[in-house]
Amino acid sequence: MTDSKYFTTTKKGEIFELKAELNSDKKEKKKEAVKKVIASMTVGKDVSALFPDVVNCMQTDNLELKKLVYLYLMNYAKSQPDMAIMAVNTFVKDCEDPNPLIRALAVRTMGCIRVDKITEYLCEPLRKCLKDEDPYVRKTAAVCVAKLHDINAQLVEDQGFLDTLKDLISDSNPMVVANAVAALSEIAESHPNSNLLDLNPQTINKLLTALNECTEWGQIFILDCLANYTPRDDRESQSICERVTPRLSHANSAVVLSAVKVLMKFMEMLPKDLDYYGTLLKKLAPPLVTLLSAEPELQYVALRNINLIVQKRPEILKHEMKVFFVKYNDPIYVKLEKLDIMIRLASQANIAQVLAELKEYATEVDVDFVRKAVRAIGRCAIKVEQSAERCVSTLLDLIQTKVNYVVQEAIVVIKDIFRKYPNKYESVIATLCENLDSLDEPEARAAMIWIVGEYAERIDNADELLESFLEGFHDESTQVQLQLLTAIVKLFLKKPTETQELVQQVLSLATQDSDNPDLRDRGYIYWRLLSTDPVAAKEVVLAEKPLISEETDLIEPTLLDELICHIGTLASVYHKPPSAFVEGGRGVQHKRLPARAGSGESAESPDVGQAVSAVSDAPPAVIPSQGDLLGDLLNLDLAPPTSNVPPVPSSMQMGAMDLLGGGLDSLMGDESETSASHYRTEVQSPQPPECSERELGGDVGGSPAMGVSLGGAPVGMPAGLGAAPAVGGGLGDLFDLGGGVGVTAGSYIPPKTVWLPAMKAKGLEISGTFARRSGVIHMDLSFTNKAMSVMTDFAIQFNKNSFGLAPAGPLQVLTPLSPNQTVDVSLPLSTTGPVMKMEPLNNLQVAVKNNIDVFYFSCQYPISLLFVEDGKMDRQVFLATWKDIPSENEAQFQIKDCHLNSDAASNKLQGSNIFTVAKRTVDTQDMLYQSVKLTNGIWMLAELRIQTGNPNSTDLEVGVIFLSGLNSNLPSSRRRTSWHALLSAPHHLSLTTQSVF
Amino acid sequence: MIHSLFLVNATGDIFLEKHWKSVVSRSVCDYFFEAQERATEPENIPPVIPTPHHYLISVLRHRIYFVAVIQSEVPPLFVIEFLHRVVDTFQDYFGVCTEAAIKDNVVVVYELLEEMLDNGFPLATESNILKELIKPPTILRTVVNTITGSTNVGEQLPTGQLSVVPWRRTGVKYTNNEAYFDVVEEIDAIIDKSGSTITAEIQGVIDACVKLTGMPDLTLSFMNPRLLDDVSFHPCVRFKRWEAERILSFIPPDGNFRLLSYHVSSQNLVAIPVYVKHNITFREGSSQGRFDLTLGPKQTMGKAVESVLVSSQLPRGVLNTSLNPSQGTYTFDPVTKLLSWDVGKINPQKLPSLKGTMSLQAGASKPDENPTINIQFKIQQLAISGLKVNRLDMYGEKYKPFKGIKYMTKAGKFQVRT
Repeated sequence: MTDSKYFTTTKKGEIFELKAELNSDKKEKKKEAVKKVIASMTVGKDVSALFPDVVNCMQTDNLELKKLVYLYLMNYAKSQPDMAIMAVNTFVKDCEDPNPLIRALAVRTMGCIRVDKITEYLCEPLRKCLKDEDPYVRKTAAVCVAKLHDINAQLVEDQGFLDTLKDLISDSNPMVVANAVAALSEIAESHPNSNLLDLNPQTINKLLTALNECTEWGQIFILDCLANYTPRDDRESQSICERVTPRLSHANSAVVLSAVKVLMKFMEMLPKDLDYYGTLLKKLAPPLVTLLSAEPELQYVALRNINLIVQKRPEILKHEMKVFFVKYNDPIYVKLEKLDIMIRLASQANIAQVLAELKEYATEVDVDFVRKAVRAIGRCAIKVEQSAERCVSTLLDLIQTKVNYVVQEAIVVIKDIFRKYPNKYESVIATLCENLDSLDEPEARAAMIWIVGEYAERIDNADELLESFLEGFHDESTQVQLQLLTAIVKLFLKKPTETQELVQQVLSLATQDSDNPDLRDRGYIYWRLLSTDPVAAKEVVLAEKPLISEETDLIEPTLLDELICHIGTLASVYHKPPSAFVEGGRGVQHKRLPARAGSGESAESPDVGQAVSAVSDAPPAVIPSQGDLLGDLLNLDLAPPTSNVPPVPSSMQMGAMDLLGGGLDSLMGDESETSASHYRTEVQSPQPPECSERELGGDVGGSPAMGVSLGGAPVGMPAGLGAAPAVGGGLGDLFDLGGGVGVTAGSYIPPKTVWLPAMKAKGLEISGTFARRSGVIHMDLSFTNKAMSVMTDFAIQFNKNSFGLAPAGPLQVLTPLSPNQTVDVSLPLSTTGPVMKMEPLNNLQVAVKNNIDVFYFSCQYPISLLFVEDGKMDRQVFLATWKDIPSENEAQFQIKDCHLNSDAASNKLQGSNIFTVAKRTVDTQDMLYQSVKLTNGIWMLAELRIQTGNPNSTDLEVGVIFLSGLNSNLPSSRRRTSWHALLSAPHHLSLTTQSVF
Repeated sequence: MIHSLFLVNATGDIFLEKHWKSVVSRSVCDYFFEAQERATEPENIPPVIPTPHHYLISVLRHRIYFVAVIQSEVPPLFVIEFLHRVVDTFQDYFGVCTEAAIKDNVVVVYELLEEMLDNGFPLATESNILKELIKPPTILRTVVNTITGSTNVGEQLPTGQLSVVPWRRTGVKYTNNEAYFDVVEEIDAIIDKSGSTITAEIQGVIDACVKLTGMPDLTLSFMNPRLLDDVSFHPCVRFKRWEAERILSFIPPDGNFRLLSYHVSSQNLVAIPVYVKHNITFREGSSQGRFDLTLGPKQTMGKAVESVLVSSQLPRGVLNTSLNPSQGTYTFDPVTKLLSWDVGKINPQKLPSLKGTMSLQAGASKPDENPTINIQFKIQQLAISGLKVNRLDMYGEKYKPFKGIKYMTKAGKFQVRT
């Protein structure tokens, strides 16, 4: 007698028959009929027509029958809402039943009936059940609130159920607590900002107590909830860790992983020198290893999480390499994950073992796995330098097997090895060339072609080899075509005499016969390069390539930190933040690891943050286009920009012109922000600056013809307006700092700002500022290693820039930079470098290299950096020059709310090499006449008008002649507050600017 | 939380569905079927499959896929653990967990699933609680039910549900009070061509069958507890006591349960109880290959190695084999290329061997992969890690129980590369 008999009635009148049975007088028959109905329902048959008949069976003392009817109701109430109302009364009655099992069952079932009309009736019974004397009923009711919230969130809020639920966190029964937490967590998921689970030390304590006593599932809920808490200090963090650690020995792997999450997160707060920190690290390894002996599905999830943990804290599992060795009958998804982790754990100490394993895997049957294993050997070579030789010979052995896909993978990784260790293993090229014909995958073909092109001078028949590829040029994939084009151009540059025909052929194929724009453009660029300047072409195409980095697939640190907070969740399986895949409409809060106690972050007061100059507001832009683009085109994607920017005619005149244009433009850009009326609109005019005989730099001289020749140039200049606020460190800053610190001498130094965030530079963070110290410009840099491996071999290079800034010496980072270490370097700069106009004018593009990669960023220096010490102009000369300056070159503006008298202002400005040539008092105004000289010899003159006796006006009007710095004199609305604080006397400064060239 | 569950058989039919929240259309399983088609082996279906609106988390047990549907961020391990628990419960109730058994007991299955989850939250997953709520079907009960009209659903609130020891019900009574413990260890090992151990680790469990009256409080101590540095306990074990004294102290669940599982890692020296001498060669240009395999005991502490079964996946190029076992029987399936040799017991005086030739496809090149040899064996009365129970004491009850401890070592994933 089995339940299968319920499936046997497949006759036509089945429903009819069931109907009759359901209405039978006999209890037994009724029950059997309900069972048949349920059985049909489970296999997806539609038995909704029986609704009224089944509901009629509900009023029974037989618990089983009642449950069966409930089951049916839950399934079909939605489709028969009117009928479902009939059931309400029974529910309400059952909620009063003396048997708590019935009460719980009723409240549970009611919550599952997703019919609006019914939910209204549910509220009263639910309220009672939430306060029921029996904890079993309470815990069921807690879940019911979550159900109800899913159906009608507003109703739940209006009825105050959320508060009752919060109260249940303090319930005496751990199971009730766990369910309340689970319900609240689920509700909170749809209200990310509702602060439903406001965790404080008291609630945490309650949760920790309940943690020990509730069921395994409850423990998961509580641990996941704990993980959202941020302890106040390291002591609290440690005490929570201590109470969570026993969960690592739980038999349920989900409990273990949730505990790991809590520990990984809170560990972040513990000082590393603490004994407990070390103990905790040791305790984490065994449970993670144990997870790997579970069923394959569990292993998979565990491995995905271990992958994260290994990246965050490699020390935990560094001795456990062997547990990741692959068994031949592991499912493929487990094999691939294990392989990934093996590479991450590979180090000099265990590389021999790892290589032996990888070689073994490369002879397995599963193609995907074999491929990944071969690739892994290459990654080992790149990661552990000492093993490179062995890896290469292993790869050669594998190539000898002639297994097609093994050979192809091997060639792809050997290309990478060449990129990492140039001029070391080229002897293997001959072996590689033997396998040319067997390559049928684009990636392998492209890699091989790259090798042939790169080492064309060592391969006697390189031209033949490449020519053979050229025959089927149009059938190749784009990847191969591009590679082939580059390789042949390389070959031509190396052996020009015998390959002219070949290069002609490929260029015409690429430019004339191809539909692919990438290919065509690259073809044209080569063509032009080669026809205009073969020498330059050689420099560009054959430029030395930077080494490739060792870990190409590390998760970037910020994402990794977020994922660590999500250990054990889907996010950790996909290695994507929850926001990337959680269904829309539900905002997701980004979780962050807590900061270690005593770290710099908290020390920084908000005031300091406010004082940060405008520079910091400008996000450090990645070097745009040009360099990169060209590099890309040439497939030298990592070439430093300086080596392959197209030659730009550079001269002082360029700089001078831009100085004006950019400066004035940016001035105009700020117009809307402050008192517009004080600007003279002429500056907008496209007229070029006329140069005075004071012109010291460049070859423009005073010749008006030159002026004309420059005509119109500023028009063509794109509006540098947008970038204006980014130009910082001008007069405003000078005043700001001077007033703040009370120092009158010494130039203004903006605080360090982050120029290159770690996430953009594989863990290297660079922050810095500029300073002028005893006549020398310094670039003060802080390098912070936020990656896991040591960084060495630092070097720095600047792109051409407006004022010819260039490092005066090499970058002095002598010791290797170990993880989490910061080193401060001061780099003296000269102004004798190549000049090119930048946008904005004070933009500086920097390339920093280390052993991992080359990184680019751009920063902006305060223009005051360029004011030289001998900038005080003779009074007579000043007067003569002043008159000669045409009004077009004049700009003026006003600084609001600046309480500064003329002497103080003069003093402060002198600290930054802005010299007061003369002072004059007219009525209530102090007039300061000032001069400034830039490093490239350009002079700027200024008139500063300070209103003295006007108590109603607190405006400070400053006119400066240094142009680019001008806009930064404008106090931003944020800074305005500090102006009030700094300057007391009511003055009115107004300023006329005149620029002299 | 868990939205729905679909049970899918090997041919890709959904034979049961259960929804804990709103109904999710069966069509969601199409994504699973796609993955099933792509997978080369049934076990290669990825455990987590994303679909546009849901996530499918599946486990494969007893050739049935248990596919859970979830909609929001849920810990996948939580789902997988739960699914395994469902399977274990079915097995516990019906003896086997097969499609037929599930279909035969579909109403009980439905009742069970309903009790196990509420709105996707686990409700009662402890076997003893479930058994109080829903009585397992037995032939006798079915007969009795039919006669008396009683049901197999419990009328009482399961007491364990709320007590501090949710795993044990009150009022247990036995005439014979007995407690048996089985220490079972499985060796996972990879042995390389030359016979040296690449990795070896031991997965051990202590399974218990405790039938004791009342509320007994047991303590179990070991001769060498230091071996157990990586353990997972049944919730009944008092963790603090273990931390402090290395003694297992617990109120046992009633009946069968797993007291603890442990892991002896590769860093400890693991004894390897068998060795394999092998010579499997293919010659270039020849359509014959040689196969020569000899097994022998090693580090068995004098215990016999029994139930030895050798299996190996031979290269695809092998057409057939002609082998001669010195004992036991061997089979070779020319379709799957699976060779298996049922050796039986290893006699140290006369080592079992399997010798002969393999015939290859004529003209085909030499196979490039080396077959891996998988070995299964059992050794009675030996825990290969050396773990030994010192004593078992009972407090809280007055009677004297009968106690028994059994040791056994088995091969887990024991692989020899050639």
